[in-house]
Amino acid sequence: MKSFKDAGHLFRLAAVFVAGLALFLIVRGFLVPRSFGQYGHYRGNAIGEIAALPVSYAGHQVCEGCHTDVLEVKSKGVHKAVACESCHGPLAKHADDPASVQPVKLDTAKLCVRCHEENLAKPKNFPQVASADHSGGAACDTCHKPHSPAMVAGGSQ
Amino acid sequence: MQIPVEGFMYPNEVELQWSVLIVLYPFLTGLVAGAFILASLERVFQVEAVKPTYRLALLTALAFLIVAPLPLQLHLGHPERSYEMYLTPHGSSAMAMFGFVYLWYLLAVLVLEIWLDYRHDIVVMSQSTTGWRQLVYRALTLGSSNISERSLHIDERAGWLITVIGIPSAFLLHGYVGFIFGSVKANPWWSSPLMPVVFLFSAMVSGIAVVMLLYMLMCRLRGETIDMRCVDTIAKYLFYTFIIDFSLEMLDLVHRIYEADESFRSLDFMVHSRLYFSHIVVQILMGTVVPIGLLALTQVVKLTEVQRKRTYVVAGCLTMIGIFAMRWNVVIGGQLFSKSFLGYTTYKMGFVAREGLLTAIILTILPFFILWALVKLLPPWPERHSVAISAAASGD
Amino acid sequence: MNITRRQLLILLPAAAVAWESIIAGTPEASPNYNMTDHWWGMLMDVTKCIGCGSCVRACQLENQVPDGYFRTWIERYHVSDWEMEYPKVDSPDGGKTGFPPAREDGGKNFFVPKLCNHCVESPCTQVCPVGATFVSPDGVVLVDQKYCLGCRYCVQACPYGCRFINPATNTANKCTLCYHRITKGLTTACCEVCPTGTRQLADLKNPNDPIHAFLKTHSVQVLKPQMATRSKCFYYGLDGSVR
Repeated sequence: MKSFKDAGHLFRLAAVFVAGLALFLIVRGFLVPRSFGQYGHYRGNAIGEIAALPVSYAGHQVCEGCHTDVLEVKSKGVHKAVACESCHGPLAKHADDPASVQPVKLDTAKLCVRCHEENLAKPKNFPQVASADHSGGAACDTCHKPHSPAMVAGGSQ
Repeated sequence: MQIPVEGFMYPNEVELQWSVLIVLYPFLTGLVAGAFILASLERVFQVEAVKPTYRLALLTALAFLIVAPLPLQLHLGHPERSYEMYLTPHGSSAMAMFGFVYLWYLLAVLVLEIWLDYRHDIVVMSQSTTGWRQLVYRALTLGSSNISERSLHIDERAGWLITVIGIPSAFLLHGYVGFIFGSVKANPWWSSPLMPVVFLFSAMVSGIAVVMLLYMLMCRLRGETIDMRCVDTIAKYLFYTFIIDFSLEMLDLVHRIYEADESFRSLDFMVHSRLYFSHIVVQILMGTVVPIGLLALTQVVKLTEVQRKRTYVVAGCLTMIGIFAMRWNVVIGGQLFSKSFLGYTTYKMGFVAREGLLTAIILTILPFFILWALVKLLPPWPERHSVAISAAASGD
Repeated sequence: MNITRRQLLILLPAAAVAWESIIAGTPEASPNYNMTDHWWGMLMDVTKCIGCGSCVRACQLENQVPDGYFRTWIERYHVSDWEMEYPKVDSPDGGKTGFPPAREDGGKNFFVPKLCNHCVESPCTQVCPVGATFVSPDGVVLVDQKYCLGCRYCVQACPYGCRFINPATNTANKCTLCYHRITKGLTTACCEVCPTGTRQLADLKNPNDPIHAFLKTHSVQVLKPQMATRSKCFYYGLDGSVR
């Protein structure tokens, strides 16, 4: 048709666009990760990758599996709800290989004040002391047994 | 690097996320939208007077649009993954959808319109030039050398249609950038339905101003007389658009002050302290009130040609600074205050750094180099065009 | 323009291969843990928090959180009297090493631990341009470290300030609710070490989880309810001054 003859350049342009779109779709097919869209608009494999990250804290049940003697003492004291690693730090490596990875000996002078140093913002019924007045700088385990710290008449239980 | 904090900020908020490059980006796309709308004034609304700037406006838009993604790429933590936005765009993300708006505008509007308008010249130059230049022009012809009356008429009609589609596309281009900010409910400085509209009108203001300035500059460089009818008309449109833009910004301000919601006291303090210079002095006074005043003067008082030219240059330059300051105040200002409304942080802008001031300066200058190259390749003005052809024919 | 039979014989297989590539993608094997059985959240009893910072330290150690950035942190509030709009808040190094002495002007003081709220209608997920951050089928908002561009839009969109960009990876980072622990039957690191029982992991789909009884008998709040993010971090004892 006569009018189309003079619009030939527009058809060429359209062809360039279509070719570009086709190329994009093909390249896209190669580049989009396989698991994308598996559960939603994201890479399904990401979930597995995140779940496979290494664990640093073993969790108190693991500790209690071996250290039954400590559990015995602790479960009768006021620290019964305090997890082992709350004071002893992350010990999953120790739990995996107890002989080769030893937990660090803790310095109670620095450890206990993290929770028990007096502060107006702490709940009133929470046991807290002004450590300088209370012990004059002496380490807390001089008088208190950390696993069962409450003092009764005649010394710590 | 210790960042000074006043009051309380959530710990992760202290360091700013979006830098001066993200200020530059809406500034550049704004110039694109504004320049295009000025061009479309002639094409669609038959404003004859601005015809001398038509092709220049299109090339300016293209130069800035090419540079626009660069600040984004430099800002990304992983620019090598940026293609993911086109592969797996998240439908609910304004940023992802903007990738397509940008692409649409670049390819289906701007490039197409430039090609259709220049096609006759491209075909002529593909036959009259030699060497690598000829290869470029021949590629641009897409193999068709048809420049008959009828084909040019078809180009004219197609170009008109593209401009008609292009106007809402230009609105979408920059309105979307405004929406990227305006839709963030977590940030009360940004979250507003007015944001896309304010961004768009300030874009138009900056785009019109830049084309006006470039036209006057290029006439000077070429030794041509400035078409005052053209420049007077552009200045008039700049004035009207500025009034609308200023009204919108004042509306936002008055609304905030009146409603005084939970964020107001924090934001108010921020504007009066950390943002005082950039917001009150640079954006509002120097960048809006003074240019509007100067332009109003030219409309009301009869000034000589020389006086008008000087006024337009001053008003145009102040406008550009003011609109940049507006982007700064939105982007940086929106990150200076805490979402707890209890504190403020500081923006530590590096100089020679990936997201530093030097980078921003280079990216601002770069479009002008690209424009220079485009003007060489696709001359906007007839006299220059015939000069180029005769120069090329003699084996330039 | 005529296409010869020969050209078609070449074009068709090429098109078929191309089409395969376009719609291809068999997902790799999914993990063993059954995600649809769980819907994770957290319960926070603010009345018990002592601001010891154990949670912040444990989180850092468990998740290699870089210094200066926080997946969880503690804020200390000081409210003078009735003026709830303008509390004095501090969070020195996120509360990691505890807090200095509080103001003594007769006001009210308390601690509030904060973390990602794992919102059901999470605004960070909404704005991510590529799908690098998402809500998992078991309700945990996660970040795909291999896909994230580092555009920081999600950091801007979070109303709670719980996201940051990890300078080591240049990608977005935040609390994952210790996904790598809870999918193995462990609790989160922060809940494990919390000495007072302030923090408790909750599986909202588990009918035996203590949170259900707690929610029935206590008034709870979420942070910034006006944002309508459907946060799954429930606070008991949250004062109105908390931001």
